[in-house]
Amino acid sequence: MGSMVGAAVIRKEDPALLTGRGTFVDDIRLPGTVHMVYVRSYLAHARIVSIDVSEAAAKPGVLGVWTNADLEGLPPNRSVPGMERPCLARDKVRFVGEPVAVVVAADRYAAADAAEAVLVEYEELPVMASVEAATAEGAVPILDGLESNIVLEHVLSATDAEAELAAAPHRLAIHLKNQRCAAVPMEPTVCLADWQASGLTLWATTQTPHHSRNELAAMFGLSQQEVRVVAPDVGGGFGAKASCYPEFILTSELSRRLRRPVKYVETRSENMTSMVHGRAQDHEVEVGFDDDGALLALRVKITQDCGGWPDATGIGLPTLTSFMAGGCYKIPVIAPSFRSVVTNTTPVGAYRGAGRPEASFMIERVVDHVAAELGLDPLDVRRRNFVQPGEMPFATQFEGIVYDEGDFPGALAKLLESIDYDALRADRDARRDDPAKPLLGIGFSTFVEMGGFGPTPLFEQFGYVGGWESANIRLNTDGSAVVKVGTSPHGQGHQTAFAQIVADELSIPFERISLVHGDTAMVQEGIGTMGSRGAPVGGSAVFKAAGKVRDKAMKIAAHMLEADESDLELVDGRFSVKGAPDQGVSMAEVAVRSFKPHLLPDGFDLGLNETAYFEPSNLSYPSGAHCCVVEIDRDTGFVKVARYIAVDDCGTVINPLMATGQIHGGVAQGIAQALIEEVRYGDDGQPASGTLVDYTLPSAMDLPRYETDHIVTKTSFNPLGAKGLGESGATAAPQAVVNAVVDALSHLGVRDVEMPCTPQKVWRILAQKAS
Amino acid sequence: MSHHKISVTVNGSTSDDEVESRLLLVHYLREVRGLTGTHVGCDTSNCGACTVMLDGRTVKSCSVLAVAADGADVLTIEGLAADGEMSPVQQGFQQCHGLQCGYCTPGMVMAATGLLLENPDPDEDEVREGIEGNLCRCTGYSMIVDSVRWAAEHGGAGDVAARHTAH
Ligand code: FES
Ligand code: FES
Repeated sequence: MGSMVGAAVIRKEDPALLTGRGTFVDDIRLPGTVHMVYVRSYLAHARIVSIDVSEAAAKPGVLGVWTNADLEGLPPNRSVPGMERPCLARDKVRFVGEPVAVVVAADRYAAADAAEAVLVEYEELPVMASVEAATAEGAVPILDGLESNIVLEHVLSATDAEAELAAAPHRLAIHLKNQRCAAVPMEPTVCLADWQASGLTLWATTQTPHHSRNELAAMFGLSQQEVRVVAPDVGGGFGAKASCYPEFILTSELSRRLRRPVKYVETRSENMTSMVHGRAQDHEVEVGFDDDGALLALRVKITQDCGGWPDATGIGLPTLTSFMAGGCYKIPVIAPSFRSVVTNTTPVGAYRGAGRPEASFMIERVVDHVAAELGLDPLDVRRRNFVQPGEMPFATQFEGIVYDEGDFPGALAKLLESIDYDALRADRDARRDDPAKPLLGIGFSTFVEMGGFGPTPLFEQFGYVGGWESANIRLNTDGSAVVKVGTSPHGQGHQTAFAQIVADELSIPFERISLVHGDTAMVQEGIGTMGSRGAPVGGSAVFKAAGKVRDKAMKIAAHMLEADESDLELVDGRFSVKGAPDQGVSMAEVAVRSFKPHLLPDGFDLGLNETAYFEPSNLSYPSGAHCCVVEIDRDTGFVKVARYIAVDDCGTVINPLMATGQIHGGVAQGIAQALIEEVRYGDDGQPASGTLVDYTLPSAMDLPRYETDHIVTKTSFNPLGAKGLGESGATAAPQAVVNAVVDALSHLGVRDVEMPCTPQKVWRILAQKAS
Repeated sequence: MSHHKISVTVNGSTSDDEVESRLLLVHYLREVRGLTGTHVGCDTSNCGACTVMLDGRTVKSCSVLAVAADGADVLTIEGLAADGEMSPVQQGFQQCHGLQCGYCTPGMVMAATGLLLENPDPDEDEVREGIEGNLCRCTGYSMIVDSVRWAAEHGGAGDVAARHTAH
């Protein structure tokens, strides 16, 4: 590979974003645009008795008010068959925030005013805002036509591992909770629909424009060429923008009816109940192990809270959790099973890591529990059970889930180079006897997760047409290049990373390569950006397309130089005969020649314009070892992250600057899950965390300076060797932090602290132990 | 809803507009003045995405009514790159990868500029404190801190103060 891949190149994206010249959906201005605002349910479970829109409809500037009854024939959002969610509540509301009606007015303020004037009469129904309530004896089914609130049950192993658990010298039952979190991208959901005679254009905050196009076309009975979905600059997504939202369908339908562009801009408070939440899993674990800490059997019963409507992506999450239950360990038998439960809460979907952080948290907490039970060092238990590098590829017991490359002990060894573990432990022990000092705890997380989603058979299960990605590279006659990719970045820096790949492969200056993405009218087929697939799958498609362009350019150069292709090399933007660098032609000359049929071999296809699809042969498995050191204030219970050290193995690093940024961001979200964030509901289903005042996001004061490093084992599943890393930080961090918190309190007999480890919770434990 | 005539200077250009009394400054900037670089990230004054400078001080423009800015001098992200050259803070963010999705970025850059006007050489803790009112969901803040430190070493707030007093 050339000199660009692996270099810490600063980003092409930045100048526009830094000068206010980015284009987010709400920045797009179309003449005649009108604004849609929802009337949302303030009750968690109720029958809709009546909706009176007359006062609202009469307000100045209002173009109309619609309820479910007014949208006869509008298809519901796609989901599990039989559980599709209507765009506006029909007969019943199932969670606080569920849209009941929409108002369209000339401006946003007028629409909001009118929405307030819509009168909805409800008859309250029993609220089941938790899995316990929704599965209690006599709980009424929230979804019509179902017998209970358990909407999906699945056992993923042939055995329940009872025999192995019973035979193990030690057996431990552990309850773990992965609390409900909100993704909170800084840009909420926004969309702008413009239905013209020629078809529908939707600008939307989405991670998956092509997928959204396919869904909208199917819903409206349009052909896909009549639908254009554009994701311009998108202000973060973290998985939550991979779902299709009712507003995408409603603005489209209302634009069709009103013959005007219709825009919807969610407020943050709406976003907190409207955008899918993540995690929301409970784990009942049993683990069997021997005196040395060798893990012999693992059983995990997962309960997934799905919220009020099963989300098309969200419904598959516990499957991924089950697949990754064994982490980076050899466990002879693993018995996962799950049930997904509908509750009167916001639907649950993908959130950074989507199913894998839950698994990693579980197994990494289990390992620490085992160590505590046996009085062993948690690192020794990890080392005893690691899958060794020599055992790669390692087939887990789940079909198709094969770790291809990784060095779990190597990552841990590298991590230990940056910390003085003995000194930290000594400090921890010394502080226990010194009430003047905060308590200190050390926590580890040796993790493996899934990246590079596909391949197609897996991704089909989430409703996508495939698990591949596409790239097209076109050379202009001046030798500059335009790249079109099917990924849809929203902060990941694909313009920069993919230009680095093309620069190396085609020897074109980085500055002369631009990227087009996120527009189904411009870009060939694509899947999108999620599941840590940008670099491994999207990048590999770019790499492959560049190879095709290079091959064709080489043929033209050989013709021009009257030389044999095999004698040519491409160096510094010039094709020349090996050993005779002065006889050569530049890429620009070749590009010009590619458009001169009379100067090319007979029948030669014009242009340098090649498309490639890359299908990964499997998922990749990013891994690593993280360490967190916490200090706990004895008087307040406040947990401070004193150090956070991350060693990651994402395979080939395309841009170390951006790779570090991805790790930082993921770790920040993981730390926040461990210490701060939780979506909470009252028994009445009222959100207790419905604004950014109550759902606290970490600020710069709450987070540490991160220490990061890499080891590199390249995946064999794609030509770049990149495994993906967008989700690694969020997957690794929660348990590193919680393990550290528990370690700090372990001398008090504490074995577990539930996330988030808030000051109140930790203080209560300290107070209880003191009395 | 009552309407008011206001006259606001934004990035050196003054305009007279009639606005609803309840119109927020951020919406005035975005909808009336067409300056969409200033973003909205919340409805509780928590996120800072809307941060601009009002008469030389940073404010969250979602917490200021447009009518309250009558006669004021506003600087937004669009006005920061004087003559097309990015300010030291903007450059710092690019050099140190202080942004990913870029949604919090305009507010963050304005907050950092305001911080450097008050304290030209903040240490890490002071930077963290100075940008505490601005939320970023992408970066985890470390590289934002580096960006601001970079700016402090390469010209600080730039010529913002000078340009502001010029009006
Ligand atoms: S928009 Fe969030 S503080 Fe102004
Ligand atoms: S860069 Fe995305 S929110 Fe800060």
